[in-house]
Amino acid sequence: MEEKKKNVYTISVLSENRVGLLHRITIGFTRRGINIESLTVSNSEEEGVHRYTIVVNDTEENVRKLVLSIEAQVEVISALYHSDDETVFQEIALYKVPVNARHNGRGIEEIVRNNHARILALESDLMIIEKTGHKEETHELYEKLKPFGVLEFVRSGRVSIVKNTKKFVEYIEEKEALSGT
Amino acid sequence: MQKQYPQLLKDALRTNFKIELMELVKNTTKTEGPDPMNKAASNSKKTGIERISGAEAVIKCLLEEQVKTIFGYPGGAIMPIYDKLYSYQKEVHHVLARHEQGAIHAAQGFARVSGEVGVVFATSGPGATNLITGIADAKIDSTPLVCITGQVGSHLLGTDAFQETDVVGISMPVTKWNQQVTKAEDIPEAIAKAFYIARTGRPGPVLLDITKDAQFAELDFHYESCQKVRSYIPNPELEEEQIKAAVELIDNAKRPYVLFGQGVILGEAEEELKAFVEKTGIPAAWTILGLSAMPTDHPLNVGMLGMHGNYGPNVLTNECDVLIAVGMRFDDRVTGNVAKYAKQAKVIHLEIDKSEIDKIVKADVPVLGNAKRSLSALIAAVKPNEHKDWLQRFHDLAAIEKEKVIDTDLYPTKEGLTMGEVIRRVNEHSKGDAVIVTDVGQHQMIACRYAKFNSSKSNITSGGLGTMGFCLPAALGAKLAKPERQVVAVIGDGGFQMTFQELGMALQTGAAVKIIVLNNEFLGMVRQWQQMFFDRRYSSTEMVNPDFVALAKSFSIAAVKVEDRDALDKAIKTMMEYDGPYFLEVRVEKEDNVFPMIPTGSAVDEIRLD
Ligand SMILES: Cc1ncc(C[n+]2csc(CCOP(=O)(O)OP(=O)(O)O)c2C)c(N)n1
Repeated sequence: MEEKKKNVYTISVLSENRVGLLHRITIGFTRRGINIESLTVSNSEEEGVHRYTIVVNDTEENVRKLVLSIEAQVEVISALYHSDDETVFQEIALYKVPVNARHNGRGIEEIVRNNHARILALESDLMIIEKTGHKEETHELYEKLKPFGVLEFVRSGRVSIVKNTKKFVEYIEEKEALSGT
Repeated sequence: MQKQYPQLLKDALRTNFKIELMELVKNTTKTEGPDPMNKAASNSKKTGIERISGAEAVIKCLLEEQVKTIFGYPGGAIMPIYDKLYSYQKEVHHVLARHEQGAIHAAQGFARVSGEVGVVFATSGPGATNLITGIADAKIDSTPLVCITGQVGSHLLGTDAFQETDVVGISMPVTKWNQQVTKAEDIPEAIAKAFYIARTGRPGPVLLDITKDAQFAELDFHYESCQKVRSYIPNPELEEEQIKAAVELIDNAKRPYVLFGQGVILGEAEEELKAFVEKTGIPAAWTILGLSAMPTDHPLNVGMLGMHGNYGPNVLTNECDVLIAVGMRFDDRVTGNVAKYAKQAKVIHLEIDKSEIDKIVKADVPVLGNAKRSLSALIAAVKPNEHKDWLQRFHDLAAIEKEKVIDTDLYPTKEGLTMGEVIRRVNEHSKGDAVIVTDVGQHQMIACRYAKFNSSKSNITSGGLGTMGFCLPAALGAKLAKPERQVVAVIGDGGFQMTFQELGMALQTGAAVKIIVLNNEFLGMVRQWQQMFFDRRYSSTEMVNPDFVALAKSFSIAAVKVEDRDALDKAIKTMMEYDGPYFLEVRVEKEDNVFPMIPTGSAVDEIRLD
């Protein structure tokens, strides 16, 4: 029996790179009233194939049906879902912090070092800090930088990789082998 | 067959076309970038390639796909295509609807009766949005359609140009696939792909939105039909393991039960279904989209499933030990309360669409694949069997239903006419050979319950979407696809008034559809629910109707009204024998109800006989 309890799932979709496909994929969420927690879309290592990484928080039953309906789309190559313990995943966050006379960057450097973040750019009046990690971690750093007057904090969607030894192209090859009438 | 315009008007139209064409060609060469003329020079060496406009390419592609009939309605953004159509009138028959919804429902009727892809043309903006209901209907009922809409010039996209709508965006949730085409040279490949996707796998509607500049611009035409799309598996491989597991369950079942849907018809598996049930002796019941896949009077055909289906088929769903679902998707109108649906049974689900498996009812043995292949594999492996006692259970319950419901429906003794007796009369004259097309409501349920069929693809109705207004145009499309078949349209007075403008299509094409309007002066099905579940508060369901007979006559259609039982049989006989379209209004009892009924939320075995 699938649990009725909500959980975090990462949905990975590979599709052809075409106008409108993102819309086609998100329709499945809209129809079922499933909220997207985060969404990352980018070219994959295979020319012409896009990878979508979508994080949702819902019951496994809903997510399974959603993923099947996405996979049923003609130009979707594969659609899978995984729980957090089946994948390794990261998000990247950027923080824009003012550099002013009062602290002159003091204290910030230490926070950056202790949190395994790094300073990407340093201008006369501001610095840009980068941190990669889970959402909780990037948020934690945000809390720590807050007293310095964070001007802006942006976080990417999740990127995620499944802990198995399957090669990326196999997903495409498997589908292609079965296509055609 | 089509009525021609006076020559003068034709000439005037043609000169206008030409002027517009010249202007736009100028325009597009400017905005397109690479000069198409240069490309032509370099490509012209290849043989078998001609230089034609995108609009002409559309027509040629359709001819390559063996299209002989197109349903549509012209307008500004699709005029170049209509202009080219004018030169191909011998090769392809364009049927002019009176509303784009009529065009698409006609194409649906055409596709459902013939098994071919229905083709629809419409202009941009309102033309395209008027198609949406039909597209949604075709999507949920898996009907193969290729819709081609004109779109404003590509330089105008996104500018709120006159009659610009985001047709690709609007139609995306209801199409199997869609695409905008902005370059003439992309047209052949897009059309090839459209036909391939529409008719393969689980069929469905696709839409191509072609900008006006792409219709005017020229290309080096060359057509290759599509054989595969790498991300798409239309015909999944059968899994031996699953067949084995299914056979094991079937061979050991005491009370096995087949439920079949339209997958049997779409997969052309009618013979296999029959052979399978005959070999195993398993009783089989149908969803309304599966109706006619198996002759109605086959001894193992036990009847209709669902909300207004037969008593036995519903009740015994909750008594079978192995349930074999073939090409059906457990619609809620079929299952009633799913929490109490066939819980005792092991479920085998033969299904071509992977996303249907485990969607509503969990399958113990899912068999992914085309119904024809799956059933063939099962036939070869199952052992011959019979289930006499089990079949007898269906007969016993059928006898109860006959006494409590069917006899009074078909052979009423009260004064008012019933919908059931009208269908009985139709059966008597059609001998089960007619195509019966229905709309949505009480008459639909009655027609599906009582109409007799000998051959497949003969029952056409809007199942999944329940689209009122579907019937008249769908019946016309069916008749145009199969002129040799008797096509009877059974419509409620409400639904008729949603698309009766298509009497104009009947007038112009001469399509000899026999139209029966069962007039109860109510939106009958809604009224029935108001009576049963809303305290008889008949809120906005009573209809003040026009003179239907006069209306039909105004379209030069022979028309008659029947109010008495004595006149019914003769009227139906006359109608069936009439050479040409015919309209028959039958005044039926105003407040009759359809039974049996599974009220919403009840289980299939809680079906009510009154
Ligand atoms: C386009 C559309 N609007 C509304 C409905 C809801 N509806 C379902 S059945 C029905 C009544 C149909 O009345 P009528 O056509 O007279 O047929 P009857 O039920 O009387 O046979 C209505 C309004 C629908 N199915 N489709």
